[in-house]
Amino acid sequence: MAEIGKNHRKGATKRRAKKLSTRVDFTPMVDLGFLLITFFMLATTLNKPQTMEIALPSKEKTPESEQTTVKASKAITLLLGKANTVYYYEGTRVNEVDPELHATNFSPGGLRQFLLKRNYEVMEKIRNLRTEKEKKRYSEGEYEKQLSAIKKEKSAPIVLIKASDESVYKNLIDALDEMAICNIERYAIVDIAPFDLDLMAKFNTLTKAPDVSKQ
Amino acid sequence: MTAMCDVAFLLLTFFMLTSNFTKKEAAVVNTPSSISEIKIPERNMMLILVDSKGKLFFGIDGQENRIALLEKMGTLYNIAFSQNELKEFSLINSFGLPMNQMKNYLAMKEEERESLSGMGGIPCDSMDNQLKNWVSATRSISKEYRIAIKADQSTAYPVIKKLMGTLQSLNENRYNLITTLETSADLEQKL
Repeated sequence: MAEIGKNHRKGATKRRAKKLSTRVDFTPMVDLGFLLITFFMLATTLNKPQTMEIALPSKEKTPESEQTTVKASKAITLLLGKANTVYYYEGTRVNEVDPELHATNFSPGGLRQFLLKRNYEVMEKIRNLRTEKEKKRYSEGEYEKQLSAIKKEKSAPIVLIKASDESVYKNLIDALDEMAICNIERYAIVDIAPFDLDLMAKFNTLTKAPDVSKQ
Repeated sequence: MTAMCDVAFLLLTFFMLTSNFTKKEAAVVNTPSSISEIKIPERNMMLILVDSKGKLFFGIDGQENRIALLEKMGTLYNIAFSQNELKEFSLINSFGLPMNQMKNYLAMKEEERESLSGMGGIPCDSMDNQLKNWVSATRSISKEYRIAIKADQSTAYPVIKKLMGTLQSLNENRYNLITTLETSADLEQKL
Protein backbone atom coordinates (compact mmCIF):
# COMPACT_ATOMS: atom_id res chain seq x y z
CA MET A 1 0.00 0.00 0.00
CA ALA A 2 2.75 2.31 0.98
CA GLU A 3 4.44 1.61 -2.29
CA ILE A 4 1.33 2.25 -4.21
CA GLY A 5 0.94 5.49 -2.37
CA LYS A 6 4.51 6.36 -3.24
CA ASN A 7 3.89 5.52 -6.83
CA HIS A 8 0.82 7.59 -6.79
CA ARG A 9 2.74 10.56 -5.49
CA LYS A 10 5.41 10.10 -8.12
CA GLY A 11 2.84 10.08 -10.86
CA ALA A 12 1.37 13.27 -9.51
CA THR A 13 4.70 15.09 -9.60
CA LYS A 14 5.28 13.88 -13.17
CA ARG A 15 1.93 15.22 -14.28
CA ARG A 16 2.71 18.60 -12.70
CA ALA A 17 6.05 18.73 -14.48
CA LYS A 18 4.32 18.12 -17.81
CA LYS A 19 1.93 21.00 -17.20
CA LEU A 20 4.83 23.34 -16.47
CA SER A 21 6.66 22.46 -19.65
CA THR A 22 3.84 23.75 -21.88
CA ARG A 23 4.38 27.32 -20.69
CA VAL A 24 6.65 29.30 -22.97
CA ASP A 25 8.01 32.70 -22.08
CA PHE A 26 6.70 35.09 -24.73
CA THR A 27 8.47 38.25 -23.56
CA PRO A 28 11.40 38.14 -26.02
CA MET A 29 9.03 37.45 -28.88
CA VAL A 30 6.85 40.42 -28.01
CA ASP A 31 9.98 42.53 -27.68
CA LEU A 32 11.04 41.50 -31.14
CA GLY A 33 7.56 42.20 -32.46
CA PHE A 34 7.53 45.71 -31.12
CA LEU A 35 11.05 46.34 -32.32
CA LEU A 36 10.01 45.45 -35.86
CA ILE A 37 6.89 47.57 -35.56
CA THR A 38 8.97 50.58 -34.59
CA PHE A 39 11.29 49.92 -37.51
CA PHE A 40 8.47 49.74 -40.05
CA MET A 41 6.73 52.75 -38.58
CA LEU A 42 9.87 54.84 -38.94
CA ALA A 43 10.81 53.52 -42.36
CA THR A 44 7.46 54.07 -44.05
CA THR A 45 6.55 57.27 -45.78
CA LEU A 46 3.25 58.31 -44.40
CA ASN A 47 2.92 61.64 -46.09
CA LYS A 48 2.68 61.25 -49.82
CA PRO A 49 3.64 64.41 -51.64
CA GLN A 50 0.91 66.61 -53.00
CA THR A 51 0.73 67.64 -56.59
CA MET A 52 -0.72 70.38 -58.72
CA GLU A 53 -1.88 69.57 -62.17
CA ILE A 54 -1.29 72.16 -64.82
CA ALA A 55 -1.83 72.14 -68.52
CA LEU A 56 0.01 74.51 -70.80
CA PRO A 57 -1.09 75.41 -74.29
CA SER A 58 0.65 73.49 -77.05
CA LYS A 59 3.28 75.26 -79.05
CA GLU A 60 1.55 74.71 -82.37
CA LYS A 61 0.17 77.96 -83.65
CA THR A 62 -3.57 78.10 -83.49
CA PRO A 63 -5.17 79.88 -86.41
CA GLU A 64 -6.06 83.53 -85.87
CA SER A 65 -9.78 82.83 -85.91
CA GLU A 66 -9.54 80.34 -83.05
CA GLN A 67 -7.31 82.40 -80.83
CA THR A 68 -8.94 83.70 -77.75
CA THR A 69 -8.55 87.40 -77.47
CA VAL A 70 -8.51 88.81 -74.00
CA LYS A 71 -10.79 91.72 -73.33
CA ALA A 72 -8.66 94.44 -71.83
CA SER A 73 -11.19 95.24 -69.13
CA LYS A 74 -11.16 91.64 -67.92
CA ALA A 75 -7.43 91.14 -68.02
CA ILE A 76 -5.23 91.19 -64.95
CA THR A 77 -1.52 90.81 -65.37
CA LEU A 78 0.66 89.55 -62.55
CA LEU A 79 4.36 90.21 -62.78
CA LEU A 80 6.47 88.10 -60.48
CA GLY A 81 9.47 90.12 -59.40
CA LYS A 82 12.39 89.53 -57.15
CA ALA A 83 12.29 88.96 -53.39
CA ASN A 84 8.74 87.57 -53.42
CA THR A 85 7.17 90.79 -54.66
CA VAL A 86 4.38 90.63 -57.16
CA TYR A 87 3.25 93.52 -59.32
CA TYR A 88 -0.14 93.68 -60.90
CA TYR A 89 -1.96 95.89 -63.34
CA GLU A 90 -5.35 95.80 -64.95
CA GLY A 91 -5.99 96.08 -68.64
CA THR A 92 -3.23 97.22 -70.91
CA ARG A 93 -1.64 100.29 -72.43
CA VAL A 94 -4.38 102.49 -73.87
CA ASN A 95 -3.71 105.69 -75.82
CA GLU A 96 -0.07 105.91 -74.73
CA VAL A 97 -1.09 105.80 -71.08
CA ASP A 98 0.53 103.09 -69.04
CA PRO A 99 -1.75 101.10 -66.73
CA GLU A 100 -1.20 101.73 -63.07
CA LEU A 101 1.16 99.24 -61.50
CA HIS A 102 0.78 98.08 -57.90
CA ALA A 103 3.24 96.14 -55.82
CA THR A 104 2.22 93.63 -53.19
CA ASN A 105 3.20 90.23 -51.83
CA PHE A 106 1.77 86.73 -51.50
CA SER A 107 0.42 87.13 -47.98
CA PRO A 108 -3.34 86.65 -47.47
CA GLY A 109 -3.74 90.40 -47.14
CA GLY A 110 -1.82 91.14 -50.31
CA LEU A 111 -2.57 89.82 -53.74
CA ARG A 112 -5.48 87.72 -52.55
CA GLN A 113 -7.49 90.74 -51.40
CA PHE A 114 -7.23 92.29 -54.82
CA LEU A 115 -8.08 89.11 -56.72
CA LEU A 116 -11.06 88.36 -54.49
CA LYS A 117 -12.35 91.88 -55.04
CA ARG A 118 -12.03 91.51 -58.79
CA ASN A 119 -13.57 88.06 -58.77
CA TYR A 120 -16.36 89.12 -56.40
CA GLU A 121 -19.25 88.11 -58.67
CA VAL A 122 -17.99 84.59 -59.15
CA MET A 123 -17.26 84.16 -55.46
CA GLU A 124 -20.76 85.33 -54.62
CA LYS A 125 -22.32 82.88 -57.07
CA ILE A 126 -20.27 80.03 -55.70
CA ARG A 127 -21.36 80.93 -52.20
CA ASN A 128 -24.98 80.83 -53.29
CA LEU A 129 -24.48 77.53 -55.02
CA ARG A 130 -23.00 76.07 -51.88
CA THR A 131 -25.95 77.11 -49.73
CA GLU A 132 -28.27 75.67 -52.35
CA LYS A 133 -26.34 72.44 -52.23
CA GLU A 134 -26.59 72.34 -48.45
CA LYS A 135 -30.34 72.55 -48.84
CA LYS A 136 -29.96 69.36 -50.88
CA ARG A 137 -31.16 70.92 -54.08
CA TYR A 138 -28.23 69.62 -56.07
CA SER A 139 -26.51 66.30 -56.27
CA GLU A 140 -22.71 66.12 -56.09
CA GLY A 141 -22.29 65.70 -59.85
CA GLU A 142 -24.63 68.52 -60.68
CA TYR A 143 -22.89 70.76 -58.20
CA GLU A 144 -19.54 70.17 -59.87
CA LYS A 145 -21.08 70.94 -63.25
CA GLN A 146 -22.61 74.18 -62.03
CA LEU A 147 -19.39 75.14 -60.31
CA SER A 148 -17.28 74.81 -63.41
CA ALA A 149 -19.93 76.65 -65.43
CA ILE A 150 -19.74 79.58 -63.02
CA LYS A 151 -15.98 79.63 -63.08
CA LYS A 152 -15.88 79.67 -66.87
CA GLU A 153 -18.32 82.53 -67.23
CA LYS A 154 -17.39 85.22 -69.70
CA SER A 155 -17.54 87.95 -67.10
CA ALA A 156 -14.89 86.36 -64.90
CA PRO A 157 -11.47 87.98 -64.98
CA ILE A 158 -8.60 86.48 -66.91
CA VAL A 159 -5.21 86.42 -65.25
CA LEU A 160 -1.93 86.41 -67.09
CA ILE A 161 0.97 85.25 -64.96
CA LYS A 162 4.28 86.58 -66.19
CA ALA A 163 7.32 85.52 -64.25
CA SER A 164 10.43 87.60 -64.59
CA ASP A 165 13.88 86.00 -64.61
CA GLU A 166 14.47 87.28 -61.08
CA SER A 167 11.60 85.33 -59.59
CA VAL A 168 11.89 81.84 -58.16
CA TYR A 169 9.83 78.70 -58.60
CA LYS A 170 8.05 79.24 -55.28
CA ASN A 171 6.55 82.48 -56.57
CA LEU A 172 5.01 80.67 -59.50
CA ILE A 173 3.49 78.02 -57.23
CA ASP A 174 2.19 80.74 -54.91
CA ALA A 175 0.61 82.52 -57.84
CA LEU A 176 -1.05 79.31 -59.04
CA ASP A 177 -2.26 78.75 -55.49
CA GLU A 178 -3.90 82.15 -55.44
CA MET A 179 -5.76 81.21 -58.62
CA ALA A 180 -7.14 78.14 -56.89
CA ILE A 181 -8.05 80.05 -53.73
CA CYS A 182 -9.78 82.85 -55.62
CA ASN A 183 -11.60 80.43 -57.94
CA ILE A 184 -10.08 81.90 -61.05
CA GLU A 185 -10.35 79.30 -63.75
CA ARG A 186 -9.05 81.28 -66.66
CA TYR A 187 -5.37 81.97 -66.26
CA ALA A 188 -2.27 81.45 -68.31
CA ILE A 189 1.45 81.40 -67.76
CA VAL A 190 2.88 83.74 -70.34
CA ASP A 191 6.40 84.85 -71.18
CA ILE A 192 7.21 88.29 -69.90
CA ALA A 193 7.19 91.07 -72.49
CA PRO A 194 9.68 93.98 -72.77
CA PHE A 195 6.75 96.30 -72.05
CA ASP A 196 6.22 94.64 -68.67
CA LEU A 197 9.89 94.84 -67.80
CA ASP A 198 9.87 98.55 -68.62
CA LEU A 199 6.84 99.05 -66.46
CA MET A 200 8.51 97.28 -63.56
CA ALA A 201 11.74 99.24 -63.94
CA LYS A 202 9.83 102.50 -64.08
CA PHE A 203 7.87 101.60 -60.99
CA ASN A 204 10.99 100.69 -59.06
CA THR A 205 12.75 103.94 -59.87
CA LEU A 206 9.70 105.93 -58.86
CA THR A 207 9.40 104.24 -55.51
CA LYS A 208 12.94 103.59 -54.43
CA ALA A 209 11.94 101.30 -51.62
CA PRO A 210 8.65 99.58 -52.43
CA ASP A 211 6.82 99.47 -49.13
CA VAL A 212 5.25 96.06 -49.28
CA SER A 213 4.49 95.75 -45.58
CA LYS A 214 1.75 98.36 -45.82
CA GLN A 215 -0.46 96.16 -47.96
CA MET B 1 0.80 38.12 -22.71
CA THR B 2 -0.43 36.10 -25.66
CA ALA B 3 -3.02 38.75 -26.44
CA MET B 4 -0.37 41.46 -26.46
CA CYS B 5 1.80 39.33 -28.69
CA ASP B 6 -1.12 38.88 -31.07
CA VAL B 7 -1.70 42.60 -31.26
CA ALA B 8 2.00 43.29 -31.80
CA PHE B 9 2.20 40.89 -34.69
CA LEU B 10 -1.04 42.07 -36.18
CA LEU B 11 0.34 45.61 -36.25
CA LEU B 12 3.61 44.31 -37.60
CA THR B 13 1.90 42.60 -40.53
CA PHE B 14 -0.12 45.75 -41.18
CA PHE B 15 2.97 47.95 -41.36
CA MET B 16 4.87 45.43 -43.43
CA LEU B 17 2.11 45.25 -46.01
CA THR B 18 1.32 48.94 -46.20
CA SER B 19 4.82 50.31 -46.09
CA ASN B 20 6.57 51.65 -49.12
CA PHE B 21 10.03 52.76 -48.35
CA THR B 22 11.42 56.20 -48.83
CA LYS B 23 13.31 56.09 -52.06
CA LYS B 24 16.57 57.89 -52.17
CA GLU B 25 16.63 60.63 -54.71
CA ALA B 26 19.64 61.96 -56.54
CA ALA B 27 19.20 65.47 -55.20
CA VAL B 28 17.81 67.02 -52.08
CA VAL B 29 14.86 69.11 -53.11
CA ASN B 30 12.86 71.33 -50.82
CA THR B 31 9.51 71.59 -52.55
CA PRO B 32 7.32 74.67 -52.17
CA SER B 33 4.07 74.41 -50.27
CA SER B 34 0.67 74.76 -51.83
CA ILE B 35 -2.96 74.28 -50.90
CA SER B 36 -3.47 71.58 -53.49
CA GLU B 37 -4.52 68.28 -51.98
CA ILE B 38 -4.33 66.00 -54.98
CA LYS B 39 -2.14 63.00 -54.22
CA ILE B 40 0.47 61.95 -56.67
CA PRO B 41 -0.16 58.63 -58.45
CA GLU B 42 2.21 55.86 -57.39
CA ARG B 43 2.97 54.17 -60.64
CA ASN B 44 3.98 55.23 -64.11
CA MET B 45 5.66 58.44 -63.18
CA MET B 46 8.60 60.05 -64.79
CA LEU B 47 10.14 62.39 -62.31
CA ILE B 48 12.14 65.43 -63.27
CA LEU B 49 13.99 66.84 -60.31
CA VAL B 50 15.32 70.36 -60.31
CA ASP B 51 17.59 71.32 -57.44
CA SER B 52 18.11 74.80 -56.07
CA LYS B 53 21.07 75.45 -58.36
CA GLY B 54 19.04 74.52 -61.41
CA LYS B 55 20.57 71.12 -62.11
CA LEU B 56 18.22 68.62 -63.68
CA PHE B 57 17.76 65.00 -62.67
CA PHE B 58 15.60 62.36 -64.25
CA GLY B 59 14.12 59.05 -63.18
CA ILE B 60 11.30 56.68 -64.07
CA ASP B 61 9.76 53.80 -62.17
CA GLY B 62 9.44 50.19 -63.29
CA GLN B 63 12.64 48.19 -63.57
CA GLU B 64 11.90 46.60 -66.95
CA ASN B 65 11.09 49.96 -68.43
CA ARG B 66 14.33 51.40 -67.08
CA ILE B 67 16.31 48.74 -68.94
CA ALA B 68 14.39 49.41 -72.14
CA LEU B 69 14.98 53.12 -71.68
CA LEU B 70 18.72 52.82 -71.29
CA GLU B 71 18.95 50.53 -74.32
CA LYS B 72 17.07 53.10 -76.35
CA MET B 73 19.27 55.93 -75.18
CA GLY B 74 22.33 53.78 -75.82
CA THR B 75 21.45 53.28 -79.45
CA LEU B 76 20.71 56.99 -79.79
CA TYR B 77 24.11 58.00 -78.45
CA ASN B 78 26.02 55.00 -79.84
CA ILE B 79 26.93 53.62 -76.46
CA ALA B 80 26.62 49.88 -75.93
CA PHE B 81 25.67 48.86 -72.42
CA SER B 82 26.40 45.39 -71.05
CA GLN B 83 23.81 43.25 -69.29
CA ASN B 84 25.41 44.12 -65.98
CA GLU B 85 25.25 47.83 -66.63
CA LEU B 86 21.61 47.58 -67.66
CA LYS B 87 20.85 45.76 -64.44
CA GLU B 88 22.69 48.37 -62.41
CA PHE B 89 20.73 51.12 -64.13
CA SER B 90 17.42 49.44 -63.38
CA LEU B 91 18.18 49.84 -59.67
CA ILE B 92 18.86 53.58 -59.82
CA ASN B 93 15.96 55.81 -58.93
CA SER B 94 17.12 59.03 -60.44
CA PHE B 95 20.32 60.33 -61.89
CA GLY B 96 21.67 63.58 -63.21
CA LEU B 97 24.58 63.32 -65.54
CA PRO B 98 25.27 63.52 -69.24
CA MET B 99 25.24 60.36 -71.34
CA ASN B 100 29.00 60.25 -71.85
CA GLN B 101 29.51 59.81 -68.10
CA MET B 102 26.84 57.17 -67.72
CA LYS B 103 29.13 54.18 -68.28
CA ASN B 104 31.57 55.32 -65.58
CA TYR B 105 28.73 56.01 -63.21
CA LEU B 106 27.22 52.56 -63.65
CA ALA B 107 30.61 50.93 -63.02
CA MET B 108 30.79 52.55 -59.58
CA LYS B 109 29.70 50.86 -56.40
CA GLU B 110 26.66 52.21 -54.62
CA GLU B 111 28.70 53.80 -51.84
CA GLU B 112 30.91 55.54 -54.36
CA ARG B 113 27.84 56.91 -56.10
CA GLU B 114 26.53 58.34 -52.88
CA SER B 115 29.80 60.02 -52.08
CA LEU B 116 29.83 61.50 -55.56
CA SER B 117 28.00 64.63 -54.58
CA GLY B 118 28.68 66.74 -57.62
CA MET B 119 26.49 65.24 -60.29
CA GLY B 120 26.46 67.72 -63.08
CA GLY B 121 22.82 67.42 -63.99
CA ILE B 122 21.37 66.43 -67.34
CA PRO B 123 22.17 68.90 -70.12
CA CYS B 124 19.08 70.71 -71.30
CA ASP B 125 19.96 73.55 -73.62
CA SER B 126 19.49 74.18 -77.28
CA MET B 127 22.94 72.81 -78.16
CA ASP B 128 22.60 69.52 -76.35
CA ASN B 129 19.17 68.72 -75.06
CA GLN B 130 19.53 65.29 -73.50
CA LEU B 131 16.57 65.69 -71.20
CA LYS B 132 14.34 65.99 -74.24
CA ASN B 133 15.69 62.68 -75.50
CA TRP B 134 15.16 61.00 -72.16
CA VAL B 135 11.56 62.14 -72.03
CA SER B 136 10.77 61.21 -75.62
CA ALA B 137 12.48 57.81 -75.20
CA THR B 138 10.36 57.15 -72.11
CA ARG B 139 7.27 58.22 -73.99
CA SER B 140 8.08 55.80 -76.82
CA ILE B 141 8.34 52.92 -74.32
CA SER B 142 5.03 53.55 -72.68
CA LYS B 143 2.27 56.05 -73.28
CA GLU B 144 1.12 55.61 -69.70
CA TYR B 145 3.89 57.65 -68.14
CA ARG B 146 2.95 60.95 -66.56
CA ILE B 147 5.41 63.72 -66.00
CA ALA B 148 6.04 65.08 -62.54
CA ILE B 149 8.25 68.08 -61.91
CA LYS B 150 9.75 68.35 -58.48
CA ALA B 151 11.61 71.61 -58.23
CA ASP B 152 13.18 73.37 -55.29
CA GLN B 153 11.38 76.45 -54.05
CA SER B 154 14.42 78.63 -54.58
CA THR B 155 15.10 77.49 -58.14
CA ALA B 156 15.40 80.51 -60.40
CA TYR B 157 12.56 80.88 -62.86
CA PRO B 158 14.63 80.79 -66.08
CA VAL B 159 15.46 77.13 -65.38
CA ILE B 160 11.78 76.29 -65.04
CA LYS B 161 11.04 78.23 -68.20
CA LYS B 162 13.69 76.25 -70.07
CA LEU B 163 12.28 72.99 -68.75
CA MET B 164 8.72 73.92 -69.65
CA GLY B 165 9.88 74.99 -73.09
CA THR B 166 11.57 71.62 -73.60
CA LEU B 167 8.46 69.74 -72.60
CA GLN B 168 6.33 71.98 -74.73
CA SER B 169 8.47 71.27 -77.77
CA LEU B 170 7.70 67.57 -77.22
CA ASN B 171 4.01 68.39 -77.02
CA GLU B 172 3.90 67.35 -73.39
CA ASN B 173 1.52 69.93 -72.05
CA ARG B 174 0.13 68.26 -68.97
CA TYR B 175 2.21 67.61 -65.97
CA ASN B 176 2.19 67.51 -62.22
CA LEU B 177 4.07 69.92 -60.06
CA ILE B 178 5.00 68.26 -56.81
CA THR B 179 4.41 70.34 -53.71
CA THR B 180 3.98 69.76 -50.02
CA LEU B 181 0.83 70.64 -48.16
CA GLU B 182 0.80 74.15 -46.82
CA THR B 183 0.94 74.38 -43.06
CA SER B 184 0.25 77.35 -40.85
CA ALA B 185 4.00 77.73 -40.36
CA ASP B 186 4.39 78.33 -44.10
CA LEU B 187 1.70 80.97 -43.93
CA GLU B 188 3.52 82.80 -41.19
CA GLN B 189 6.65 82.75 -43.25
CA LYS B 190 4.84 84.43 -46.10
CA LEU B 191 3.80 87.32 -43.90
